[in-house]
Amino acid sequence: MSITHKNLFVAISGLALLALAGGALAAGADLGQTTKQATNWTAIAMFAVFVGATLYITKWAASKTKSAADFYTAGGGITGFQNGLAIAGDYMSAASFLGISGLVFASGFDGLIFSIGWLVGWPVITFLMAERLRNLGKFTFADVASYRFAQTPLRSFAATGTLVVVAFYLIAQMVGAGQLIKVLFGLEYIYAVMLVGVIMMMYVLFGGMTATTWVQIIKAVMLLVGATFMAVMVLLQFNFSPEALFAKAVEVHAKHDSIMGPGALINDPISAISVGMALMFGTAGLPHILMRFFTVPNAKEARKSVAWATTWIGYFYILTFIIGFGAVVMLIQDPAAYYVPKMVDGVQAIGADGNPLWDGLKGGGNMAAVHLANAVGGNMFLGFISAVAFATILAVVAGLTLSGASAVSHDLYASVWRHGNVDSVTELRVSKITTVILGIIAVLLGIIFEKQNVAFMVMLAFTVACSANFPVLFMSVLWKNCTTKGAVAGGTVGLILSVALTIMSPAVWEASLGNPKGSAMFPYASAAIFSMTAAFFVIWLVSILDNSAQAQKERALFGDQLIRSETGVGASGASGH
Amino acid sequence: MSLKTYERIRSNPKFQAFVSKRNRFSIIMSILMIIAYYGYILLIAFNKPFLATKMGPGLVTSIGIPMGVGVILFTIILTWIYVRRANTEFDTEAEAIIKEATK
Repeated sequence: MSITHKNLFVAISGLALLALAGGALAAGADLGQTTKQATNWTAIAMFAVFVGATLYITKWAASKTKSAADFYTAGGGITGFQNGLAIAGDYMSAASFLGISGLVFASGFDGLIFSIGWLVGWPVITFLMAERLRNLGKFTFADVASYRFAQTPLRSFAATGTLVVVAFYLIAQMVGAGQLIKVLFGLEYIYAVMLVGVIMMMYVLFGGMTATTWVQIIKAVMLLVGATFMAVMVLLQFNFSPEALFAKAVEVHAKHDSIMGPGALINDPISAISVGMALMFGTAGLPHILMRFFTVPNAKEARKSVAWATTWIGYFYILTFIIGFGAVVMLIQDPAAYYVPKMVDGVQAIGADGNPLWDGLKGGGNMAAVHLANAVGGNMFLGFISAVAFATILAVVAGLTLSGASAVSHDLYASVWRHGNVDSVTELRVSKITTVILGIIAVLLGIIFEKQNVAFMVMLAFTVACSANFPVLFMSVLWKNCTTKGAVAGGTVGLILSVALTIMSPAVWEASLGNPKGSAMFPYASAAIFSMTAAFFVIWLVSILDNSAQAQKERALFGDQLIRSETGVGASGASGH
Repeated sequence: MSLKTYERIRSNPKFQAFVSKRNRFSIIMSILMIIAYYGYILLIAFNKPFLATKMGPGLVTSIGIPMGVGVILFTIILTWIYVRRANTEFDTEAEAIIKEATK
């Protein structure tokens, strides 16, 4: 164990050096944008401190990660307040921080619509899921969904749903990491992706859920502190008057007053409701979030976690809105510092009005918050925010990988393949092997999807989560007549429909796959309204038509399941899983 | 837990009453949340000009912004109300039911 430890520490240091050297070479070869993307040692130092501290925690966590239960749930001894912060750390992804502030920067009001959508899933989890999950489950949401059902089909389905969601979410995170490090270090995209892959693997591999939890808590605190500082600095310039901030933004933004109202994000009611459903119910189907409910000792703490998580996340989204408008006010007026010059034949093009032309934000539209950090707090604070944004990605990616690894080792390996006849040490080993494989896959996905839009990939993950995982979980826990056949059939329909319709939607078919405009077969912005409804309908239909002996048995078991899910009688206690 | 405990809880009328009371509360809270959120989303879909209406003469801030922030605050408050009641009143009732069944 300790030898492997050392080897990996050496390996990662080597990789980091290689990345820096490669970055310096790349910077030397590409003179066009080097001045503003020169190596930022403040940022690197702060990031190094974060990585050092979290790896130290990982070392401590490794000594506590001896069984599969420790690996999956940190022994179940996390408090509600800690778990709330960790959930917030797991959920406030780079896509929310950089993506939403970037969206506000680009179109103002529309960013708020996304912020709200990403928050409203939390009450649904609180009111309907949190305590029932804690009372019925042990390690994964499949434990809950398969409580009274045939293990093999249900867990196979749940593991598939988990891995698909994790894959889409991972792509968004890895792409975010690559984009960020280009601006932060001036490094090649590929080195960033590999760095994230390796550090994340260290957290999960050695520290399991304990290390992942503390990485998420530290990151959540840093992100909340950093975002609060930025929002305060922005508002300070306007004497804490949002009206004055908005007035200035409307004056300088190219779209002027239209940033104060809803724009092109939602055009037809079907898309509006569909996107809303994906965000609201998708949150309740995200495997890495659901898994966090098993780290607390009881239902009371599970509820507290979700209340704290909602509070922090809601507060954070209000901050991102202010940060987005702050970026409008401060970056647009200083294009020389934050924009890429529009080059024609080696010189900057001049517009009809005699002013030089610019080609969008350096590092892309998602970098609005990062540039704003420089504008309000100078290079030192830019370093801090860059380190935090990077840490954000690490924390989310670690949570995703842990959840993917649990699906493979606990659901597929231990339950489906070995029918539960496996000792904790073997299961732990399988989790660790899976972690390494998932880490490699994450790096590869990051490379393949370099040019994709981060926010859209996360949407896809939410659509699958709300159409496949959520309906199965919901019906199995709350509807007596649900059966294995119904749950698996409905969940599978939801999974296939959500992916297929999303691929056929304009955002993917036209914008990403390059097909001509108007050729998308599915006209709406999100598949959720159809795929989630179809999943529920099929679960209902197949269940009521299912009158097999197995189905009768499953219905009879609902009574005991209800008692345990409602009162916690017989639920797994802390650390004694 | 023994099968006997489950049997006692199942036959206790207090358990059925408890479950339906808490479920009713969960459902009411969920509906409130759904109305607030989809109400806002449908306003965006059907009445964009309303949300873009200014807060007052000479002001830039549109009505949609405080409403949106309001939905965020409403979400947080609603969650805490549920958790408060569940962690005190409901948990006490559940404990009493379990105690009755295990004594």
